Amino acid sequence: MEESVQAILSRFEGKRDEIIPILQAVQDTLSYIPEDSMSAIARFTGVPASQVYGVATFYAQFRFTPTGKNTIMVCRGTACHVRGAPAILEEITSHVGLETEGTTEDLAYTVETVACIGCCALAPCITINEEVHGNLTKKKVRKILKEVNKNGGE
Amino acid sequence: MAANKRTVLICRGTGCESAKSPVIQAALETELQGSDVEVKFTGCHGMCQQGPIVIIEPEGTFYAQVRPDDVPKIAESLIGEGGPVEKLFYKDPVTNEGIPTYHDIPFYSKQKRLVLQNCGHINPEDIEDYFAIGGYKALKKALFDLKPDDIIKAVIDSGLRGRGGGGFPTGLKWKFTQQASGDVKYVLCNADEGDPGAFMDRSVLEGDPHAVLEGMIIAAFAVGAQRGYIYCRAEYPLAIKRLHIAIEQAREKGCLGSNILGSGFDFDIEIFQGAGAFVCGEETALIASIEGHRGMPRSRPPYPAISGLYGKPTVLNNVKTYANIHLIINHGAEWFASIGTEKSKGTAIFALTGKIANSGLVEVPMGITLREIIYDIGGGVLEKKEFKAVQTGGPSGGCLPASFLDTPVDYDSLIEAGSMMGSGGMVVMDEDTCMVDVARYFLDFTEKESCGKCVPCRLGTRQMLTILEDIVEGRGKPGDIELLEDLALGVKAGSLCGLGQTAPNPVLTTLRYFQEEYEAHIFDQACPAKQCKALISYHILDSCVGCGLCLRNCSINAITGEPKKQHWIDQDLCIKCGVCYEVCPPKVFSVEIRTGKTEKATA
Repeated sequence: MEESVQAILSRFEGKRDEIIPILQAVQDTLSYIPEDSMSAIARFTGVPASQVYGVATFYAQFRFTPTGKNTIMVCRGTACHVRGAPAILEEITSHVGLETEGTTEDLAYTVETVACIGCCALAPCITINEEVHGNLTKKKVRKILKEVNKNGGE
Repeated sequence: MAANKRTVLICRGTGCESAKSPVIQAALETELQGSDVEVKFTGCHGMCQQGPIVIIEPEGTFYAQVRPDDVPKIAESLIGEGGPVEKLFYKDPVTNEGIPTYHDIPFYSKQKRLVLQNCGHINPEDIEDYFAIGGYKALKKALFDLKPDDIIKAVIDSGLRGRGGGGFPTGLKWKFTQQASGDVKYVLCNADEGDPGAFMDRSVLEGDPHAVLEGMIIAAFAVGAQRGYIYCRAEYPLAIKRLHIAIEQAREKGCLGSNILGSGFDFDIEIFQGAGAFVCGEETALIASIEGHRGMPRSRPPYPAISGLYGKPTVLNNVKTYANIHLIINHGAEWFASIGTEKSKGTAIFALTGKIANSGLVEVPMGITLREIIYDIGGGVLEKKEFKAVQTGGPSGGCLPASFLDTPVDYDSLIEAGSMMGSGGMVVMDEDTCMVDVARYFLDFTEKESCGKCVPCRLGTRQMLTILEDIVEGRGKPGDIELLEDLALGVKAGSLCGLGQTAPNPVLTTLRYFQEEYEAHIFDQACPAKQCKALISYHILDSCVGCGLCLRNCSINAITGEPKKQHWIDQDLCIKCGVCYEVCPPKVFSVEIRTGKTEKATA
């Protein structure tokens, strides 16, 4: 892991305004931001580790624990909300065996909510591994999740 | 283009891509290989709900909800003798009749598409398409025929106001930046479209990215900037990809970079990916974020025009503001000022969504009424339900009731009504939407997104949310309404930035226009829209035929009953998931939702 963080850092110059792009690159590669990578970024940019941590925790995009094989993002935008997003979220969490948002113990699924996917005309909608699924009903969700299951949760 | 040469346009906005439009494009390309029909993909047409959308030019034939197995029929209609494929026509939600061309679809015919005119008609990944419709002509004019002062004067005279929601005159912003001292200046584009329920900026970026670049380059020339950033949220991968392609192609063609079009003017643009913080839509927070800090706003003045990115004079405008610039330069300030109302010029773009028949992206002249947008363009409320409210301006805006449907849509009228234009979300709500829950929903959003810097916003939104949660969960008490109002006014007056100053709007407007719903929750333990779980209960009526559907579908086995006899719900077990209500056959319709004190007693 340490090696891949170093490889990422080598693509940057070490300026303060690169902190967010570096964090994004780390998460792209490792699926999350490990604690020691933040110290490495601090050393690289010369910004105190506390501040790197402060920046990383400020933004909703960054995660500090590994994600599951499949990431399901449930839109909680207004259009989705009035068209039944809470019920969709409930259906998904109960299907994968979670109480609320989070990652399943077997690391098969991560369920998160996002402010808005920007597909409001297809409300309610979710993304599974970046693919958008829209106009959802509970029934459709069950069907889609069965498909994901069948593909071995890959 | 030859008169009879046909082009098939396949929409590949995010909405249509999710409905497999790339598969349709590939299939059409295969089927039409060797013919003289051109197959092309475009950005968003704005009617995402009807996707995937396929348009045949020059006739303008409009096919909605196209499936991959419809492709052979479409191909045949283009190569063979057959007429258009009627079964794919868009069906009018009111008359249920098929409409063959998009010019005749009320959703489009009542709009005035200026900023969106290219979206859905050009290939956003090919700069040649943008050149073909006159792209970068405005830039040439600006660089060679106009002086920076002329450009700024034109933008001031056009009356263009910021399309991000604030509504500050764009030309003035440019003038202040131009006059600010300093050799290094920046031009920033705010594409951190964070309002839930809005996707206008995404569609413009995906459908017509060069129009935004052109606007930014002209702005840079006018104010004397050398460098630009587009701050785009990471949740829009397709928009980011297309922007990268557009920037690359613009550089290749000499429209961007050093010595632009041989004029000696240097300017380049980079994309900065936002990391999911709503507050970064606020200008000083956005700047802090680009600099690598937590995205927290600071107090103004100094405004970014004087001291912005890295302390240098900075112009910061919304995506749609920049997309208007080429129109003003090409057609003149006077032409632009002739559209709209006295104080709000040009068009407004809305993402019309929620409980509406035609949801999608609409562009209308300022001054049109909410009724015209919702009923004439949007086709009215879904499933003939009763209209209850329209929400504009996202978490900063408000909910307006039916009595405000004839309000003209412009910056000032909406603010007067207690809402605001915002960046363009417009969510329609019907009788099944609980207004207290809507207020709770928005406060839940702003409370999470509050950056925490100033106390009124950090703690005020928290307290308001707690009260609203109490009310929707049946723990509301007398005095809550007054306390809410007090808090809301305090947060509005005391917060540092736009997020906090407008966060109470959803509460204030629902209190103002739907106070009876709050009272019903607090005093009668009733949710008139029958949405708040803590205040409703499900009951099976004696018209039940005992089909057993609800019993089999109930996940917690709260329903008992024998076949062909009335079933019964154990209220102590019921988790109110509503599945019984959903599965009960419409003909039988024996599940009833009850709310209110008396119903609870009999349950």
